[in-house]
Amino acid sequence: MKRHLISAADLTRDDAVLILDTAEEMARVADRPIKKLPTLRGRTVVNLFFEDSTRTRISFEAAAKRLSADVINFSAKGSSVSKGESLKDTALTLEAMGADAVVIRHHSSGAPHRLATSGWIKGSVVNAGDGTHEHPTQALLDAFTMRRHLAGAPDGGSTHHRGPGDGTGRDLAGRKVTIVGDILHSRVARSNVHLLTTLGAEVTLVAPPTLVPIGVERWPCEVSYDLDAVLAASDAVMMLRVQRERMNAAFFPTEREYARRYGLDGHRMARMPEHAIVMHPGPMNRGMEITAEVADSRRCTAVEQVTNGVSIRMATLYLLLGGNEPAIAPTPATPAEARTEETRKP
Amino acid sequence: MDAPDQSAGHASSKSSGQTSSETSPEETPAPARPVLEAPDIARVLTRIAHEIVERAKGAHDVVLLGIPTRGVFLARRLAAKLEEITGRAIPVGSLDITMYRDDLRLGPARTLARTEIPADGIEGRVVVLVDDVLFSGRTIRAALDALNDIGRPRAVQLAVLVDRGHRELPIRADYVGKNLPTSLRETVKVQLTELDGRDSVLLGVRPAPTRGGADQERADAGQ
Repeated sequence: MKRHLISAADLTRDDAVLILDTAEEMARVADRPIKKLPTLRGRTVVNLFFEDSTRTRISFEAAAKRLSADVINFSAKGSSVSKGESLKDTALTLEAMGADAVVIRHHSSGAPHRLATSGWIKGSVVNAGDGTHEHPTQALLDAFTMRRHLAGAPDGGSTHHRGPGDGTGRDLAGRKVTIVGDILHSRVARSNVHLLTTLGAEVTLVAPPTLVPIGVERWPCEVSYDLDAVLAASDAVMMLRVQRERMNAAFFPTEREYARRYGLDGHRMARMPEHAIVMHPGPMNRGMEITAEVADSRRCTAVEQVTNGVSIRMATLYLLLGGNEPAIAPTPATPAEARTEETRKP
Repeated sequence: MDAPDQSAGHASSKSSGQTSSETSPEETPAPARPVLEAPDIARVLTRIAHEIVERAKGAHDVVLLGIPTRGVFLARRLAAKLEEITGRAIPVGSLDITMYRDDLRLGPARTLARTEIPADGIEGRVVVLVDDVLFSGRTIRAALDALNDIGRPRAVQLAVLVDRGHRELPIRADYVGKNLPTSLRETVKVQLTELDGRDSVLLGVRPAPTRGGADQERADAGQ
């Protein structure tokens, strides 16, 4: 593992499989009467959230607490940030309080990278979503969910969507994943394209042309504008939320038209292979990108993804903080080195 | 049982537990001497199985929990022997102690192994922990902590294939395959067919004492 988790593109296949395998063991803790491990006792994890979030923050908080770390929640609203404090001064404050890890969500792309490489703080930085850039733990939990459903059979073949298996040690080689919706604004899509490709899956993006980012031809994936054409060949279909809050311009004529062309309803779902799953990172806009019928069907893994999120974040925190303290690491973090130095190989 | 009392004033070069037998071969240049061969290991496990039945009065509420990696295979073999003796299936599982170790911060984060608790749980049962080598006792301390989070057994006992002495905690084994007096520079390596292709216990010698002394070596060895 690297010292920070900034981008899903930084992870090698082995890193990613290690995180997924570790998460598989963490998931078992949830079945125990005492859902707590002493592993990160005495470590402090700061949740630094500059943007609204419920599930990601709660998920990180639950993960850190299950590992016995102390959690400090910092949200920009009602803090000194609203008085005009800079990211640097906030970071220095957290460093002075002895944060071992900072989980950061920020509306600006690149803020976690700045935090990790500036030398302001010595601890690990975990990107919990930055602007329209990346959301690596979401991609990891999506990959984890897919692996449980799609890589569970001993022969590597598909398993039925009702019986998630244990895919420990496996990647997603040959699995076909379709990501549908607002790719332009989606950090989830970006992280997923990187991670799923690293894990061997074939990714197809489906969106209205206005919601496909410039430069997508350089991404390691296919792009299609026709949802019906790709559904039949998909092992997993990931529906993205239409991010109204990021849409100052009009990207499609009407919501109704979007829902008809790019929304997933019962008829479309019926065209997917029997084993295929429907995923959604949440929060869902029912009636927009996904109908209630699909959202409530047993093929939809949205709730399971939330559960898996805690396991993935436990695994991430364990692998970043479970070993030597970053402060003990011999290399003093100069801005250029901090991101690539590997103080803790798996 | 014959409690080991050969823990002389030596520091130790090799630790009990999970990683004890995972020392890479290049760390033992001198030819390692086999102290137990396959038939010996089979005999020793049969004896331990009989002792478990005797002490647990029929072993009707015994649960075997192996400590990864090799302890798990030993636990399964013991369970098979117990089944032969008692005619009943004995629940067997595994208990990963990685997240309960006291030396986590001395090295990089470790890869986790599987914890598999039998379906009926351990509540009110006699849990027999099974490990390959008993050394400092720290692995067992971690295992006791891990057990505490899983349930409340009626009793906890410990079975090990080899006890090499040099305890650092007040811990002893209830069932010992072989007491093996060792020195600081010696290494004990357990090989099992399931993992290594053959059954044996090898006694080797570490090359030269490393710079960091015993603590350093302990970190190298995994505990």
